Amino acid sequence: MQNRHVTLSALLVGAAAVAMTSGSFAANETVTIAGFGGNLQKDLRATLWQPAADKAGLSIAEETHDGLAAVRVQVQSGSPTWDLVHLGSDDCAVGGKEGLFEPLDYKVISTDGFDKRGYGEHWIATNSYSVVLAWRTDVYKDKAPQSWKDLWDTEKFPGRRALSTYPQEMLEVALMADGVAKDELYPLDSKRAFRSLDKIKSKVAVWWSSGAQSSQLIKDGEVDMMAIWGSRVASVIADGAPVSYTYQDAILGYGCLAILKGAPHAKAAQALVAGVVSPEIQARIPEMMPYYGPTNSLAFKVGKFSPEVLARSNMSPENVKKQVFLDANWWRDNTNLVREDYSLLMAN
Amino acid sequence: MTVMVQEVKPAILNNSLLQRSRSLQGISFVGLSLPAAVLVAAVLIIPFSWLAWLSLFDAAGNLSAENYVRLLRPAYIESFLTTFKVAGLVTAICVLLGYPVAYLLSQLPQRAAQLLMVFVILPFWTSVLVRTYAWLVLLQRQGIINQWLLSSGLISEPLPLVHNMTGTVIGMVHVMLPFLILPLYAAMKAIDPVLLRAAANCGASPAQAFRQVFLPLSLSGLSAGIALTFVLCLGFYLTPALLGGGRVAMWSTQIADMVAKFANWGAASALSVVLLVVTGGILWGVNRFMRVPDAWGGKR
Repeated sequence: MQNRHVTLSALLVGAAAVAMTSGSFAANETVTIAGFGGNLQKDLRATLWQPAADKAGLSIAEETHDGLAAVRVQVQSGSPTWDLVHLGSDDCAVGGKEGLFEPLDYKVISTDGFDKRGYGEHWIATNSYSVVLAWRTDVYKDKAPQSWKDLWDTEKFPGRRALSTYPQEMLEVALMADGVAKDELYPLDSKRAFRSLDKIKSKVAVWWSSGAQSSQLIKDGEVDMMAIWGSRVASVIADGAPVSYTYQDAILGYGCLAILKGAPHAKAAQALVAGVVSPEIQARIPEMMPYYGPTNSLAFKVGKFSPEVLARSNMSPENVKKQVFLDANWWRDNTNLVREDYSLLMAN
Repeated sequence: MTVMVQEVKPAILNNSLLQRSRSLQGISFVGLSLPAAVLVAAVLIIPFSWLAWLSLFDAAGNLSAENYVRLLRPAYIESFLTTFKVAGLVTAICVLLGYPVAYLLSQLPQRAAQLLMVFVILPFWTSVLVRTYAWLVLLQRQGIINQWLLSSGLISEPLPLVHNMTGTVIGMVHVMLPFLILPLYAAMKAIDPVLLRAAANCGASPAQAFRQVFLPLSLSGLSAGIALTFVLCLGFYLTPALLGGGRVAMWSTQIADMVAKFANWGAASALSVVLLVVTGGILWGVNRFMRVPDAWGGKR
């Protein structure tokens, strides 16, 4: 009888000790992450989420969403079934401002090695992408365009252009084409950007609205020169199309993670995020997700990469220098103001 | 006397029986249509009322006309006009292409007409997405049509056939044509051929008989087809998005952007309410002045 009593209390003490040492989430809790789906999500899971979950002793479940609207619905329901959401950094910033997310616990998550544009109170960047200048090598044979100025120069580089239907990144491109220096872009002079876009719009054969469409355009030769995501142009080149691109003056944007307000496994999610942005796990990106990049610059100290991998990774120290970081906060505050003018510009 | 009473009595009985069966019939009509009525209320009237209600609040949740005032800005007026321009153009082309087809179908012997009808209906069985992509393959710069025109020497520069208004209209006409042909064909089929023979008997030439007898009788079907096509065009999203090259800003694109990109339900609701009210207005107008129900109900 007494023995049983002792074992019982020992068990209780032991359980309490376990609970205290592992923070306040149970081992093997399942954290649900919602992303945009497709290949990107598959790659993100294999490269970042799964190893971070293994490290924290968690399981993960996946869902897909089609943007911030779906996140808003989840949070407004009062009992979200997702814990984490993967978005573009401007959406993370907007969601944070609207109170859709829990603040991140920067006592658990380390920002060593991060650019200051790479995290906010409610979100942190998990991977980067680049919007690059790409062109058909069969059209501009020995005279390759060098920068956005050449995309605007239709005399020296005749041919059809394509830009995105969303103003984000395109205003940056237009300003650099107009001669604004990379480090003086923000806050964006949107009036000047629109004046610059007015000069090129008659040569823009297509305003593309999806990644798949953008790669199809340059692959089929429907356009000769365009602004396109690095990951998309990479797949076109891999398919053997005569296409090339440059990181010069490319726009670096972030994908990010945020924890939904009222998430059922918020504590566990904090631990998962800490793992995802750690240098060791970020160092997996250049090899496993070429043309995307790690957001933690320490990844290049931790990992050892071949020169080829470094040349194509958009975040390798050499390539970062050529590019400019997107300011998610500027877009958070200005997207609505710019959007209507941009849609008018495309229509006329 | 007794004879008379005996004669009247069954009549009274019959009358009350008739009355009862009439009211029973009424109840069963209501009963049978109740599920449909409930369904319409649940999936149409309630959500729409909710939509209209949502449109009255700004992003902060305060009662305001902000969502409607916004629609007066140039970007929305432009898109509104574009939507009607596209819908009008597509409908007009559908009429020009569809009327002769429907006429041919209605004049052919049954068997031949059925065979031809397959070609009209076949596109219905293929997804709009697939058909739209097929147009992209045909119309683009390196596409089949431009390659053929270039190699035959008819043109020296590829024609801009897609990623603009032209491509959008071509793609939409293809999708919309059956919606115009089918009601038109039904109306034409219902025209009694004896009437045309009578006209010929009275000395009308075939052209006169067509113009003065057949055409006016087919108008109810035509207006039904026009209304159907035009209204469907107003809400079209996919084809303009894929073939318009970002240049054809339809009203539906604005709604999609508001929901998917900007998550502004109030603004999206206001856009939808305006589209619905305008569409309802058009249907009412057509109904009122062109006797559409005759064609839809098949009455004459």
